[in-house]
Amino acid sequence: MDFSLNDDQQRLIATARKFTKEKIIPVAQKLDEHGTFPSEICKEGWELGLMNGEVPQEYGGLGLSTLDHVLMQEEINFGCAGIGTTLAGNNLAAMPLILAGTEEQKKNYLGQLTDSCSFAAYACSEPDAGSDVAGMRTTVRKVGDEWILNGIKRWITNGAYANWYTTFARTGDATDRHKGITCFVVPRDLPGVSVGRKEDKLGQRASNTCDIIYEDVKLTKAHLVGAEGQGFKVAMKTFDRSRPWIAAGATGIMRRALEECTKYATERKAFGQAIGQFQAIQFMLADMAMKYEATRLLMLKAAWNIGQGKLDAIESAYAKAFGADSAMQVATDAVQIFGGYGYTKEYPVEKLMRDAKLLQIYEGTSQIQRMVIGRSLIAAASAGV
Amino acid sequence: MKILVTIKRVEDYESKIKVKPDGTWIVTDGVNYRANPFDEIAVEEALRLRDANMPSEVIAVSVGSELSVNEIRSALAMGADKGILVKQAGWVDSDAVARCLQKVIEREKPDLVLMGKQAVDVDDNVTGQLLAEYLGWGQATFASKHESLESAEEKAKKPGVKLAADKASVEVIREIDGGLETLSVKLPAIVTVDLRLNVPRYASLPNIMKAKKKPVEELDPKALGVDVTPKVKVLKVEPPPARAAGIKVPDVAALVQKLHSDAKVI
Ligand SMILES: Cc1cc2nc3c(=O)[nH]c(=O)nc-3n(C[C@H](O)[C@H](O)[C@H](O)COP(=O)(O)OP(=O)(O)OC[C@H]3O[C@@H](n4cnc5c(N)ncnc54)[C@H](O)[C@@H]3O)c2cc1C
Repeated sequence: MDFSLNDDQQRLIATARKFTKEKIIPVAQKLDEHGTFPSEICKEGWELGLMNGEVPQEYGGLGLSTLDHVLMQEEINFGCAGIGTTLAGNNLAAMPLILAGTEEQKKNYLGQLTDSCSFAAYACSEPDAGSDVAGMRTTVRKVGDEWILNGIKRWITNGAYANWYTTFARTGDATDRHKGITCFVVPRDLPGVSVGRKEDKLGQRASNTCDIIYEDVKLTKAHLVGAEGQGFKVAMKTFDRSRPWIAAGATGIMRRALEECTKYATERKAFGQAIGQFQAIQFMLADMAMKYEATRLLMLKAAWNIGQGKLDAIESAYAKAFGADSAMQVATDAVQIFGGYGYTKEYPVEKLMRDAKLLQIYEGTSQIQRMVIGRSLIAAASAGV
Repeated sequence: MKILVTIKRVEDYESKIKVKPDGTWIVTDGVNYRANPFDEIAVEEALRLRDANMPSEVIAVSVGSELSVNEIRSALAMGADKGILVKQAGWVDSDAVARCLQKVIEREKPDLVLMGKQAVDVDDNVTGQLLAEYLGWGQATFASKHESLESAEEKAKKPGVKLAADKASVEVIREIDGGLETLSVKLPAIVTVDLRLNVPRYASLPNIMKAKKKPVEELDPKALGVDVTPKVKVLKVEPPPARAAGIKVPDVAALVQKLHSDAKVI
């Protein structure tokens, strides 16, 4: 057992922390207020290697382990979870290609991400199918050697800025459920691809979220990622790897909440003393700190597991669900500790609360994580393991 | 062009520094360490000069304990090409540092040596000057520039220390009392840098990963023929006097009265 971080990891954290302090925190509130996409920050972050961490070195990426990546993400999310989501987006779009793409696809599409600061998006959810991935309606019809893609994808992160979309669509019958889903890489410049409305969100407002519309988009075999009918599996394997990133969003938000609150609690006075002297406040701070520490351990364990080649859906689900729910609770308590000031935009904690909420929704809601965990427990018990 | 740049491991200025109860030194437990900020500016300048005058090489040198390898690695992670550690545990005074550097420089024969104007731990501001003297080289201290740190030149990472067309000298703009002075210094030379010369770059993740593979050589002061016995002895360390608490005045009249009779500023 060894909890120490190596030299590289400490340096990577130092760079991400400095970048967060100097480049993200000073502008986060303004970008949030106006829902402005953080183009400048992405450009600088891309140069520093903060954007395509998990893209393998063969394709110009850094080939970071999930562990390195979550350590870096925690630092970014300390400054702004909306920017954290934006910077992580390419990794999510890239993962199905890393896992199942052809050499040609990896060279071309992953190469685009690492050649210059550009974006890609992961397009799975639909207006009528979020949690229920197998219920998706976007269809791909085979016509000779080609496929014709039709449908609408909703809540697509970085959708308006992406040059290509890792798209999941139905190649089989609706009754095939998850067996009929296939993954494609869809370049934005193909005829029939368009960007729909942009969402006006509660939190993480600097991140871009919008509809992607496919109307009779012609695809060829070159766009097929993995085998036909294997899309659902690819999507799930991707989530097993990406869910620890959401836990990193949670640790970032919680560490920020703790830092803001401990400082405020020693400054703000009520009834003749600093509010940090009240046991009620101390207990809240203690619970916040415990939740942060516990999430961090779950996150590190899930990430470490992935690094060991022991991809375990349940570990990633633990970290994601516990982290997201903890971050929501901690951010809500942070607003409570700040009292009336916490409810205003004069202080950063109300943004933490708005930003944290998304962690419980995207990449599988907290309920869906519990389903993954619960099913896995029951399956193990039934199998007599 | 071969550029040698020095980097010192110092107490992090964001750490809370406490003086030992017996007044012999500071409490080092729980203190974070980092590269001297002025040295980081020197590294940045060295990298800009290198990139503007390829082929060139930047060597980062530290004199200190084995832990100083960390700060050398920081310079390598910023982009320096290789490192040299003159390993000496314990307190090394500025004169001994200058003498160690002299030996390294006689061996490496750089065209230019860039150094922080001082280290933020003991604030001596003498190592560069001593080194120039021992080597018999020209020196320009407190290098700065006309352009602001928000200027387009700065954003384009243009060097503020400029190599002459014939590569025989550098032009250095120095910060002096109440203004700037421009000097031309014949190479090889020692240049020490001030705060407003540049904004040091971040260690990028690709560079952090490359830094691992860059060589760091270790040297022993004795083998270099340098006696590092300190010539300067620290007699006593004292914390600055504690600041008295502020006071609240009831009205403007009281404020004026206080400013006049107590603070004696009006
Ligand atoms: C800002 C933002 C960014 C996003 N980015 C992306 C992206 O880049 N790519 C992408 O593909 N998607 C993205 N999403 C979509 C996101 O993954 C979905 O919103 C999420 O999976 C939930 O789906 P839904 O919204 O359809 O909710 P629903 O599935 O309709 O769920 C509604 C409620 O019912 C619960 N529920 C559903 N099924 C069950 C069940 N079986 N048992 C118990 N409870 C259940 C849910 O937990 C939830 O509380 C994003 C969403 C947001 C808000």
